[in-house]
Amino acid sequence: MRYLDEYRDKQLVDKLVRAIKHASAQKIRIMEVCGGHTLAIRKFGIHRLLPSNIELLSGPGCPVCVTDRISIDRAVKLARIQGTIITTYGDLIRIPGSASSLNQERAQGADIRIVYSTLDALAIARDNPGKKVIFLGIGFEATTPSSAVALWEASRQKIRNFYLLSMHKVMPPAMAALIDQGVDIDGYIGPGHVTTVAGADMYRDLVDKYRISVVVSGFEPVDLLQSIYMLVEMKNNGRYGTEIQYKRVVTAEGNVKAKEIVAGIFEPATDSWRGLGPIQASGLKIRSAYRSFDANLNFDLRVDPVPEPGGCICGEVLRGLKRPDQCDLFARVCTPANPVGACMVSGEGACQAFFNYQ
Amino acid sequence: MCLSIPAKVLSVDGNMAKASVGGAIVNTSLHLVDDVKPGDYILIHTGFALQKISEEEALETIRLIEELDKASGETDI
Repeated sequence: MRYLDEYRDKQLVDKLVRAIKHASAQKIRIMEVCGGHTLAIRKFGIHRLLPSNIELLSGPGCPVCVTDRISIDRAVKLARIQGTIITTYGDLIRIPGSASSLNQERAQGADIRIVYSTLDALAIARDNPGKKVIFLGIGFEATTPSSAVALWEASRQKIRNFYLLSMHKVMPPAMAALIDQGVDIDGYIGPGHVTTVAGADMYRDLVDKYRISVVVSGFEPVDLLQSIYMLVEMKNNGRYGTEIQYKRVVTAEGNVKAKEIVAGIFEPATDSWRGLGPIQASGLKIRSAYRSFDANLNFDLRVDPVPEPGGCICGEVLRGLKRPDQCDLFARVCTPANPVGACMVSGEGACQAFFNYQ
Repeated sequence: MCLSIPAKVLSVDGNMAKASVGGAIVNTSLHLVDDVKPGDYILIHTGFALQKISEEEALETIRLIEELDKASGETDI
């Protein structure tokens, strides 16, 4: 096994497509809430293999995309402080804030560095004791543990010039908020790596309250088609619940060690999502024991709120209410090279996935 | 960001490992997983191993799909 090629096998794909066509008669609406799934569905053309009664919607699964504008303005403000080094994952620097982006700040001399891992950011702090090194922490349950480990290591190694700006979010409250806001779906393709860490049991309340299904899926064509088949079968049988397709890494309880590390560093807080607004307990703030590493408490981050750019429907795209190509700006004004909205910035954003693989 | 990749562990040194991703060697943190040995497959996300990959479950997934035709009453073309 190499855990990739086996799940791109044409015969297995054909078999699944036949099984889906055979089983599926009713209309079914399925939403994916992971940027990796959005990208894979478009890249492999999964949507084109399905009968027309199966509708796939993209939800708020791209961490860069759901980071709201005010968070970008705060990051820009941090970058302008003398003696700071901003460290972050790549895509974030391209999101336009209200007046600037991290990319523009970098062009004007701010020290902004893209890192692959939080431990690289920590090494930058260790190597630059005279600077304040701030890591911009975005991402969901799969990514949060790496920020937690960095803080834990910073504390253990007494690296006093390292700070985290936590913009980390958790998925289930947003999945519930979408339904509360009127998004009409039969089930979710559950985010595979989020659930690898957090465990499939985390959907129990969501499934019980809204009587919908969650099938936690892998990211290869065979994985996604099998997950869609499972959702179709559940609907056919009048069942709802949580099932795991991606069993090679996902369990009911998840990665207990990673969850404990995260719980030791972070606590739930209300957070604001682009397109969805503030959602209770959907964010993670740093516990007071680690306050000396919290960028929120150690820098002045006050900025004025600003509206989203005119004409951009990123918020509606993130809720699955509109397709990217229903936006007047799509592919004309807004392109991956010159994105207006966050959904076009990231390769996992619905707009860029549409643009690249339409 | 959500993109993670399966990799084969080549060597382990404390909290860090070297792993092969399709031949490319990457450094990865083992802070989040226990009992990782050379030869194991792990899922790497932003430089951290998130989980060991279960070969047994991986094979079972494929076996279930191979049996689908029987379940849906279809025959192979």
